Amino acid sequence: MSQPILEIRRLNKSFGPVHVLHDVDFAVYPGQVTALVGDNGAGKSTLVKCIAGINTIDSGEILWEGKPVTIHDPRAAAALGIEFVYQDLALADNLDITQNMFLGREIRRFGFLADGEMERKARETLASLSVRTVSSVRQVVASLSGGQRQTVAIAKAVLWNSKVVFLDEPTAALGVAQTRQVLDLVRRLADQGLGVVLISHNMNDVMEVADRVAALYLGRVAAEVAAKDSNTTQIVELITSGRSGDIGLTRAAANVEGL
Amino acid sequence: MSDTPTSTISDSATGTSDAGRGNFSLDIDRRTIKNAITGYVARLRSGEPGALPSVLGLIVLGLIFSQVSGRFLGRSNIGNLPGQGAYIAIMALGLVFVLLLGEIDLSAGTTGGICAGFAAQALTSHGLHKGIPGLLYWSLIGIMVAMLLLGLWLRTYVGSAIVLAGLIVVFAGLDKHVVFAMIFAIGIGSAVGILTGWLVAKINIPSFVVTLALFLAWQGVLLFALNGNPIGTNNYSFWYGLAHNNMSRAWSWVFTIVVVGGYILFTLVKSLRAQAKGLAADTIGLVLLRGGIIAAVAIVITALANENRNPNPNFKIEGLPWAATVPIALMIVCTIALTKTTWGRHLFATGGNAEAARRAGIDVMHIRVSAFVVCSSLAALGGLFLSSLTGGAQLDLGAGNILLFAVAAAVIGGTSLFGGRGKPRDAIIGALVIVIIPNGLGLRPSLPAQYQNVITGLVLLIAAAVDALSRRTSRTR
Repeated sequence: MSQPILEIRRLNKSFGPVHVLHDVDFAVYPGQVTALVGDNGAGKSTLVKCIAGINTIDSGEILWEGKPVTIHDPRAAAALGIEFVYQDLALADNLDITQNMFLGREIRRFGFLADGEMERKARETLASLSVRTVSSVRQVVASLSGGQRQTVAIAKAVLWNSKVVFLDEPTAALGVAQTRQVLDLVRRLADQGLGVVLISHNMNDVMEVADRVAALYLGRVAAEVAAKDSNTTQIVELITSGRSGDIGLTRAAANVEGL
Repeated sequence: MSDTPTSTISDSATGTSDAGRGNFSLDIDRRTIKNAITGYVARLRSGEPGALPSVLGLIVLGLIFSQVSGRFLGRSNIGNLPGQGAYIAIMALGLVFVLLLGEIDLSAGTTGGICAGFAAQALTSHGLHKGIPGLLYWSLIGIMVAMLLLGLWLRTYVGSAIVLAGLIVVFAGLDKHVVFAMIFAIGIGSAVGILTGWLVAKINIPSFVVTLALFLAWQGVLLFALNGNPIGTNNYSFWYGLAHNNMSRAWSWVFTIVVVGGYILFTLVKSLRAQAKGLAADTIGLVLLRGGIIAAVAIVITALANENRNPNPNFKIEGLPWAATVPIALMIVCTIALTKTTWGRHLFATGGNAEAARRAGIDVMHIRVSAFVVCSSLAALGGLFLSSLTGGAQLDLGAGNILLFAVAAAVIGGTSLFGGRGKPRDAIIGALVIVIIPNGLGLRPSLPAQYQNVITGLVLLIAAAVDALSRRTSRTR
C-alpha cells in the first residue's frame, strides 16, 4: 500500500475531564475511500474537527504527506488541501451554481468579477466529475434537488485542487436515485486520486464505496479493516461493541470503557 | 456534451431538472429573441415576477390619473416627478443594500434629516462651529473621529474615508460653501452608518431595534442642530437646484448617450466574448433589440425633456432634471457594485445564507457594516434632496413617513424583506410608483387628501402580496 497522504498518530483529545479521543490512529490514502464509522458520541465529529483545525489537539501527531504539520485553523487545513463538506450544505440558495462554487475565492479581472471564466471552470470541474444532471451552471441553487445540491457542495470542495475531502453524511436525507448519484461521485473522486473520507451511518453506502473502514468505539479506533474482507454484520458489531470475533479492542478495553 | 440542446430556454429559467436533460445542454445555447421571450414568460409563471408588477402598477396608476386630470400626462407635471421622488429613490437605493442582508434601517429618514440639518446650519452660520454651541460641536466632531477609528477597526475603509473627508471639510473651514457642506453631510451619514453597523454586526443587537432607537434619537439631534429654528436653503442655488434644476440641453444628450451607449456596448462585448468562449450567450439580435428599445425610449424622453415645459412664457424649463439623472447614475454605480464586484457577490451570499458565507471565508461582519455605511451615506444624500424639495431644513426633516416611503419603494420594486433578493433598479421604479400617487391625486383638488395614504397603502399591500405569492409558487415547485 502506498504512503498515506494524511496520517493521524496517537491523537488524544479531552474536553475538561471527558477523554473524547484515546490514542487514535487514522490514515487516509490517495485514491481510496476511507469510511469513518461509529455510533453517536464515538468521537467522529471531534476527530474531524481536530483535523479541520476547529479543535486543538492535546497530544499526538498529524502527518501530511509524511511530514508533521500543525493545523491551527480551518484556513490552514484548506491551505494544505483538505476540504470539508458538511452535512448542512454550505450553499447560498439565492446564488447560482457557479457563484456558489467560487464563493469566497472569486476570480477577478481588472478588479471586477470574471463571470465567464468562473462559469467555464465550474463546468469543467463538474464535467470532470462526470456530473451530468445539471443542465446549466447558471441555475440558482434554490431550484436544485437534494442530490444536485450535494453534488455542487462536493464539486466546490474539489475545485481547489484539494487532495483530501471529508464528506459528512453526504447521503442522509437523499432519495434512492440521488444517493446513487452521490455515491458514484464519491467513487469517482477517489478514482481521480483524491483521498476521500466518508463519514456515514449507512452501512450499505459504506460497504458499497469504501475501500477501508475505520470504526470508532467510545473514542478509540476499534479496528481498521478492508471493506472487501469485511461485511456489514462485522462492522455493526465493531460500532456497537468495539469488537467482532477476534478483531477489535481487547475485551478488557471494550468493557472498561463500556462502563 | 453529445446531447443536442433540444430543451428550451424556459427549462433553465424555471430551473426544473430531470434525468432527460443535463450535460450543461443549456450552457452552450444561444439565447435568441424567441428564447428570451419564452424564457421571460416561463420565469413569470414560475414566480419570479421581477420588475413586472411595479411597471404594470406604474402604467395602471398612470392611466387612472390621466383620467383624473388632463394635466397629469402634461410635460410640466411629468417634469416635476423626479424632483418630488428623488429623495425616495436615493434612500431606497441605500436601503436595498441593507434589505439584501435581511436587515432594515428604520433610521434612514432621520439620518438624512440630521445630515441635511447640520449642513444647512453650517451654511447659514458661515461655519458649523459658529452656529451651534461648542459642546454640541465638539461632541459631533468627537463622535465622527471615534466612528472614523471604529470604521478602520471594522475594516470599513471606504466608510472611514468618507468620514475623514467630512472632518477635513470642517477643519479647513470649507463648510460655509454649499458643495463642501454637502460633503460634510455625507460624512456624517457615513459615521452614522458605521455606528449602526457596529451595533448590529458586532454587538449583535437586531437592526430593527438599533435603527428604531436611532430613528427617535436623530429627531432630537436635528432640533439641536437647528437650535430649534428651521433653516431655509432656497438661497443657495446649488442646494435649491438639486430637486428643481435641470441639466442643459447639450448635457442631457451627453448623459443619455453615455448611459445608453455604455449599456449597449457592455452587453454587446459580453455577448461576443461569451460566444467566443463557447458559453451561454444572448445572440447579437437579442442584444441589439433590447438595446434598441432602451435607446428609443431614452431618446424620446430626452427629446421631450429638452423642450420647454414651462407653461409660463417668461422663462424656460428644459433639459433632464438633476433629480432624475443623479438617482439613475447612482443606480448604475450600485448595480455594478452589487453584480460585478466580490463585495457585491459576498453581500448576496451573506443575505442568502450567512453561515455558508462564513464557511466560504467571507468576512460577514465587514459585509454587514459596509451595507449600513452605504445605506446611511445614501440616506444623507437623500436628505439633501428632500430638504431641497421642501425648501430647507425643517424641524421634522426626514421624520414621519419618509423612511416608510423609501422602504415601500424598495419593496414595491421587488426587493425582498427577507434578504437575498433585490436590485437597485427596483428602488427607482418603486420610488416612481410611490411618488406618482400624491402627484396624481394633487392634480384633482376636489379629491380629499386622505385618499393619498390609503391608496399608497393599498399599492404597497398589493406589491407585498405579489412578493409573497411568487415566493410560494417558487417554493412549491
